[in-house]
Amino acid sequence: MKKFFVIMMVALTLGVVINAVLPVVSFAGPENQIASAITAQAPAKVERVEANRAITITMFLIIVGITLGIVVWAAKRTKTTADFYAARGAITGTQNGWAIAGDYMSAASFLGIAGLISLYGYDGFMYSVGWLVAYVTVLLIVAEPCRNAGKFTMGDILSFRTNPKPVRAAAAISTVAVSTFYLTAQMVGAGKLMELLLGIPFRIAISGVGCLMIIYVVFGGMIATTWVQIIKAGLLMTGAGVLCILVAAKAGFNPVQFFSDVATNTNIQSWVQINLLKEAIPKAGFDYGQRFLEPGLLLKDVWDQISLGMALVLGTAGMPHILMRFFTVPTAQAARKSVIIAMFIIGTFYILTTLLGFGAAINVSPQLISRVDAGGNMANMLLAQMLGNQVAPLAGDFLLAFLCAVAFATILAVVSGLVLAASAAISHDIYVNIVKGGHADQHEQVRAARITSVAVGATAIIIAILAEGQNVAHLVALAFAVASSGNLPVVILALFWRKFNTAGTIAGLMVGTFVAIGLVLVSPNMQYPKIIAAGQQKISVALEQKQAGGATLTDKEKAELAKAKMLYEKNKDGSSMMGLDKPLFPLKNPGIVSIPVGFLAAVLFSLMFRRKKEEDAFDELYVRQNTGIGVAKTIAH
Amino acid sequence: MAEQQTDWAAIAKNPKFEEIHHRKAVFLFGWWIFSCVYYFLLPIGAGSAQGLYSVKIIGNINFGYLFALSQFFVSWAIALYYAWWANSVSDRLTSELLDELKLR
Repeated sequence: MKKFFVIMMVALTLGVVINAVLPVVSFAGPENQIASAITAQAPAKVERVEANRAITITMFLIIVGITLGIVVWAAKRTKTTADFYAARGAITGTQNGWAIAGDYMSAASFLGIAGLISLYGYDGFMYSVGWLVAYVTVLLIVAEPCRNAGKFTMGDILSFRTNPKPVRAAAAISTVAVSTFYLTAQMVGAGKLMELLLGIPFRIAISGVGCLMIIYVVFGGMIATTWVQIIKAGLLMTGAGVLCILVAAKAGFNPVQFFSDVATNTNIQSWVQINLLKEAIPKAGFDYGQRFLEPGLLLKDVWDQISLGMALVLGTAGMPHILMRFFTVPTAQAARKSVIIAMFIIGTFYILTTLLGFGAAINVSPQLISRVDAGGNMANMLLAQMLGNQVAPLAGDFLLAFLCAVAFATILAVVSGLVLAASAAISHDIYVNIVKGGHADQHEQVRAARITSVAVGATAIIIAILAEGQNVAHLVALAFAVASSGNLPVVILALFWRKFNTAGTIAGLMVGTFVAIGLVLVSPNMQYPKIIAAGQQKISVALEQKQAGGATLTDKEKAELAKAKMLYEKNKDGSSMMGLDKPLFPLKNPGIVSIPVGFLAAVLFSLMFRRKKEEDAFDELYVRQNTGIGVAKTIAH
Repeated sequence: MAEQQTDWAAIAKNPKFEEIHHRKAVFLFGWWIFSCVYYFLLPIGAGSAQGLYSVKIIGNINFGYLFALSQFFVSWAIALYYAWWANSVSDRLTSELLDELKLR
């Protein structure tokens, strides 16, 4: 136990040191719409959410206390690698279902989607659908075969019948890439959220979250991570449920009345007319309120949506932290049960989210929500405060504090799962199986896993602090794109195609991963200073024309003019990170191109470098993944 | 590893295993493709058939909302149907195979 405390102290001081050493880096620039939808943005000065600090911090401390209690309990049970990576395979189907839901639903799901619905209506709801449908792929294609054929990581499945060293290395690279992108987006979002809610400075928030996540993973491994995720999923469903009851009560628990409230709300009507459709004078007879319930206010490019849909439907099943959850249950039946339970939890949550989003639009008004945060991320919080206070004074503060605590738990659960997945890839695939050639005793393996977790966690904290002020929202889409283009094709082919082999695995992983990353680098997700400059020039020209026409500008307009000129000068000679003036690839989501390319590379390279021995070994893999023969032995060895 | 002696190729050629394999492939990939087609109809329809999505069905609730909502219920239905099918068909066949091979 003494050693534990030493490491715990190291983790805590790490945060403080990183804080002190790193320079302040910040980049300014306009954020795109989807971007602001997923991570929090800087608050407007006018209004803000005022969480009651005493209540909120007490709740945070309760959550930290309970979870640390679990860590101490789990640490005593974490002795072998099977404990550390897979919780001994002793998690039940129901527990794992809750844990999958807790692992998957991030703060972006909780705050972002409700915000999107409150600002853009129907399109926000449509956006949420793909996140659940993705689980049909997980259930039908990957969950049970992975349970039967794998051990701790994706590399285990892929290296089953191939040349293990290069395949494990490639699998680890793509796992670390996906985890890093997703983790960075989550951490930066967490930092901004804490800043917005409680006024905790960005770096302190990130270091605090980072240190807790390191402690959970290092001491408690998969056992503690699983329970943190289960608790978080319970808290999230409770919070969403309570808020929904309050919203539904306002409409007398009548769905028809509820939607009629949306359509007849004057705030929503003027928001749609002025802010979304940009019509200064209302068209006679046009039902602007009803328009809020129809598509096309946010998602305008169908190809981009299809591309995102493909990345979600195929990417979720290739997410290393989701795949890893199937190694924690004892049988394929339990894996199946866990996905179905997770689907009901996640689906219910997204349906409740509709109610919350529209409820926030009715009760709080889209105007106020967007003033507090342009991306709408505070919609749920504002709603909670308002409806709670209508029930009883202080109830609003209490509910708001509870939701802040839920958001906090949400972040902790997701980042812990990601750190565990990334460190499993590095320590199990690279260190134990490549560097040590599989010859390391349990004690050494667990120590390697713990050291890697500290390193991965510390790196995540540093990257997140460096990324402050960067637009990181596209990193979530990028993580799904890499998982769907690099990981999923090779996992499917490895499990179901006899002729698949080493060359195909490496080519599929590398081509899929790098094509997805490459396309994002030349996509509209990046900032193109010349396009920003052109936009600013338009603003300044319009204002100058107004001035030349004899009108005097208000102080606000003068300030706008000066700002536009400044931004024009700053951006007019710049180019994107890749040295481009405008995007080469028209879509924000690369999936529609990178997924077929990933599959194609895997198939072509397999056929070019046929390996008889690997094809013969397919029988064993195929019989195992279908029947589960040899699973117990796989765990034991 | 003790399971080295298992003759995997022989199991793979066992008629019972071939039946499991065939029925699973048809069921799993069939329903997976169905779910994908049903899902992609949603964004494609939103882009190309906005008029249809705007048709009011009950009060202010329109076709678009009900269609998006149906995605959740269809996904759940597929999941439950699969659970039922797996319990009554593939798990049963697998356990028969394991008995036949005397692997337990």
